[in-house]
Amino acid sequence: MSDAQPRRTSGRRLPVEWLGILPFAAFALLFLILPTMKIVIGAFQSPDGSFTLQNLADLNTDSIRSAYWTSIKLSVITALMGCAVGFAMASAVVFGGLPKGIRSPLLTFSGVASNFAGVPLAFAFIATLGPAGLVTLWLKTEFGINLRAYGFNLLSFWGLAVTYLFFQIPLMILIIIPALDGLKREWREAAQVLGATGAQYWRMVALPILFPSLLGTFALLFANAFGAVATAFALTGPQLNIVPIKLFAQIRGDVLGNPNLGYALAFGMIVITGLANVTYIVLRTRSERWLK
Amino acid sequence: MTRVLAWLALLLGVLYFLLPLAGMTEFSLKMRRGEYSFDAYRKVFEDPQFWATFSYSLVLAAATILVGVLLVVPTAYWVRLKLPQARPVIEFITLLPLVIPAIVIVFGYIRLYNTSSLLPLTGSALGTDILLTMGYATLALPYMYRAVDTGLRTIDVATLTEAAQSLGAGWFTILARIILPNVLVAVLSGAFLTLAIVIGEFTMAALLNRPAFGPYMQILGANRAYEPPALAVIAFAITWGCMGLIQLVTRFSKHERAKV
Repeated sequence: MSDAQPRRTSGRRLPVEWLGILPFAAFALLFLILPTMKIVIGAFQSPDGSFTLQNLADLNTDSIRSAYWTSIKLSVITALMGCAVGFAMASAVVFGGLPKGIRSPLLTFSGVASNFAGVPLAFAFIATLGPAGLVTLWLKTEFGINLRAYGFNLLSFWGLAVTYLFFQIPLMILIIIPALDGLKREWREAAQVLGATGAQYWRMVALPILFPSLLGTFALLFANAFGAVATAFALTGPQLNIVPIKLFAQIRGDVLGNPNLGYALAFGMIVITGLANVTYIVLRTRSERWLK
Repeated sequence: MTRVLAWLALLLGVLYFLLPLAGMTEFSLKMRRGEYSFDAYRKVFEDPQFWATFSYSLVLAAATILVGVLLVVPTAYWVRLKLPQARPVIEFITLLPLVIPAIVIVFGYIRLYNTSSLLPLTGSALGTDILLTMGYATLALPYMYRAVDTGLRTIDVATLTEAAQSLGAGWFTILARIILPNVLVAVLSGAFLTLAIVIGEFTMAALLNRPAFGPYMQILGANRAYEPPALAVIAFAITWGCMGLIQLVTRFSKHERAKV
């Protein structure tokens, strides 16, 4: 390290310089770290304040287990599909020989669509795939297809999944296009010179290089869907049994009848999105080695 | 062959994205039986609640941007100038709001700042507004910090500071008249993104019981048929406007830089 020499003097000066980030530290402590700690500690406390694991054990009921399971399933499926479709669209634009003019509008639109989540997104899908929606009516009048008769209901698990894709796919496109740009033309040429087919190049060169960023983005999309409240609430109201909706109802009206169980429910969310994001950060640092 | 597949992938994707946009637009025009009209939009704009909640959210967004800028610009500047060893910690903290779901953060607020606590912010309307602003500043922190930090990377912070100091400038002058104008484009990008996030935010506002635009849209959605898609069209236009403004300021800055 080249700063070894100044460090001697900074030992004395250190406290004064750290004062410069005091406002930020106070903000982070008051509005980010302490509130989160309150939840985490509350998850391990009994109503009288003593340490307990009972709250976490109490999570093991049919209703809460199924809420976590539905949430995880929803997040995994929308993350997988978001990755697949986003990857297909991104690679179509980067490698597919499409006109160059498509790329920039696609990126702009992805920026807009990935931020168009929440309540209005639910409205857009109700107006499209809901009982009186554009696509529903069109299929019924033009082709005699009744979506409901085929078991599709927008206000259900799959309806929610289709809706979540509207912000999952663009997020994937935004993250993966730079990674695809990082694939060097030379690698493909080298593979071709050595006699590799296109499929072999993808299987043995490109995908192993892209693998960390693909898996990392998957983790990010997972956490993105897992923590989403507004879209689901506006679409299905309080009925659908997923963790964020359950927690929302618990905060509003203690539906579980035990405040500390609410803390445990929230703690479970932190653990799951935390794990997903740690995976993302670790894999991203690994993938960046290749993209320099 | 590849090109055919590429077109197919793109067109199917575009179809998926255009249908809901077409759906909400068409539905929002159908309020009058048998013909298209702007009745739903007129209903929305005639509703005093719409203006009340919308302007409430706009004011809150402005406050959030102010807090974000006052918090992030000096911190990012100071870390670059004097505390590079604190960088990993600060960056980690700014990424935390992406890890901890908003609903968990606001849950913590409600329990930490209730009426029987040391700092009973939720006890009064003003206190809750402050709390909500801080909550939004937390949500926007990852984007704001990264935008400003990237902006600072392109300028020589140490030289600019020394030059200003040798001309007799104090810290406030340096930040307000040297650093801020130099990272203005980054700050504006962060500000527009913050606006896009805050204007329709639902979870925090609903749980803190504040009359913001997000909860208003949700309540309208539960009770009306034609106004909600009209609101969706308006919200989409706002999001689009924010992203357009970001593109505009970054493009503007590129031209500026090219001239130098």
